[in-house]
Amino acid sequence: MKRIFVKEEVCIGCRLCEVHCLVEHSKSKNIFKAFKEENPRALPRIHVEEKGTLSFSLQCRHCEDPYCLEACMSGALYRDKKTGAILHNKEQCVGCWMCVMVCPYGAIQRDLNGKKAASKCDLCVGKETPICVMKCPNEALEYREG
Amino acid sequence: MAIVIIGNSAAAVEAIEAIRKVDRSVPITVISDEPHSAYSRPLISYLLAGEIKPGQIYYRPKNFYEKNGIQTFLGKRVVKTFFKEKAVQLENGEKISYDRLLIATGGKPFLPKMEGLDKSGVYTFTKLEDAKKISLALRDAEKAVVIGGGLIGLKAAEALKKRKIEVTVVELADHILSLTMDETASSILEKALKKEGVHLITSNTVEAILGDGHVDSVRLANKKLIKTQLVVLAIGVIPNVDPFKETSLHIEKGILVNERMETNVPDVYAAGDVTQAYDKILKSYRTIPIWPNACLQGKIAGYQMAGNKKYQYEGSFMMNSIEVANIPTISIGLTNPPQDNGFQVIKKFDRGSDVYRKVILRGDAIVGAIFTGHIERAGIITGLLRDGVKVKGFKKELMSEQFGFISFPKALRKERLLNLK
Repeated sequence: MKRIFVKEEVCIGCRLCEVHCLVEHSKSKNIFKAFKEENPRALPRIHVEEKGTLSFSLQCRHCEDPYCLEACMSGALYRDKKTGAILHNKEQCVGCWMCVMVCPYGAIQRDLNGKKAASKCDLCVGKETPICVMKCPNEALEYREG
Repeated sequence: MAIVIIGNSAAAVEAIEAIRKVDRSVPITVISDEPHSAYSRPLISYLLAGEIKPGQIYYRPKNFYEKNGIQTFLGKRVVKTFFKEKAVQLENGEKISYDRLLIATGGKPFLPKMEGLDKSGVYTFTKLEDAKKISLALRDAEKAVVIGGGLIGLKAAEALKKRKIEVTVVELADHILSLTMDETASSILEKALKKEGVHLITSNTVEAILGDGHVDSVRLANKKLIKTQLVVLAIGVIPNVDPFKETSLHIEKGILVNERMETNVPDVYAAGDVTQAYDKILKSYRTIPIWPNACLQGKIAGYQMAGNKKYQYEGSFMMNSIEVANIPTISIGLTNPPQDNGFQVIKKFDRGSDVYRKVILRGDAIVGAIFTGHIERAGIITGLLRDGVKVKGFKKELMSEQFGFISFPKALRKERLLNLK
């Protein structure tokens, strides 16, 4: 399946991927409203790691055989039959954080704004290319098979 | 070919899903002494607390059995096995034949020898029925005593507290969560629990449950009496091997299984809390009664029974994630190493914010960790532990809340980010 890959050599650490991910997962999908008016504020599902001049972003790898699916005792995490993406049903989630405990990429986080629930990349359901890849100004993010 | 599964929880569900990935048509029969569709046992504390809707406990779609073509015997108990003729027998005498059998009967509550266990108002807390019974009993209760300050006991106590019951937890060890946490982590949680109004009594135990038919108090080892209308026994769980005690199955604490989830009896597999399997950290066979392990073992057993031999069990380890009094906490592997030279412990405790982080190393490999208050990205550490990755060169970074792939040497980062699971 198609996944997002990062080229750390060209990532400049601008965090635009985080900004656009947050907006994409907001109610209004409007950058101003998403940051200044929506409460609870959406969380970006992509995370930029940075140290000195080195930076790269990371999000759910949508593993073929994911640990998070085994650990999810609420049935909130599931694989989308069509795309193969690992998706998360917020309503079913109880915030036990087993997925946080087992994800070897550290790609699932706690969303404590509003209903306490896990939060993760959904590959921008319905979009041909995830927003982070589209908006990366330096083509550090690629969406390809792998 | 016919597959029979005894049990209907995590390991059974995963086994069914794995079998169906390999084989759409092999007949599968599920037998369970519980009359319910598969539900999530860890969710019963959320149900009791009123935090989830009743239907939410069923963690697979309603048509799960139908969709997967499963014949079910729910509310039926297996009383006898005939391994030579490859059959199991139900209470009503009915015999069901198998070509491959999976034993996934899970765990059952450990019951101590204690005066007054038979009184009404005394409950265990591992099954859906337990949660329902306790919920009903709350109508006539103001106080409850929970015996055992482990994971189940604390989740029960918090649920009862949310239902406005005055709760006392009695723990034999000198701190709660003594099997999974260390004293520092436990003290953070104890303080928070007390602040929430839960009474904690440690280094003590209930020696008798008193009352005329119905419980009205408990007597502690120090002879102190605590008034209560409800007692929850949460001392621990043990493998539910009852139907197999008189068989040729190799059982120590649980049913011993190998890397293919096979038992010593041909064509009989076991998975989940009923097993005793390899622990890759302790390097011994032990029970690891946790949800992810039951799922992993169930999945492997399913693949193996259906003929996909690629999936094997490399060994597991203890890990728990529990939120107590709104403090998230994760413990992985060996959290209290023996006092000898073989282990190195690095830790950081911020008293102001109650954030605690501890990593235990054996040589250059992580063998255990505790996270309290700040659990973000703990899974990266779990991954390093699971894969036995050498952390030489970035040990110090393990203590940073910013710890991530950025802390890895470049080659390791590339390897772990590109060789996807």
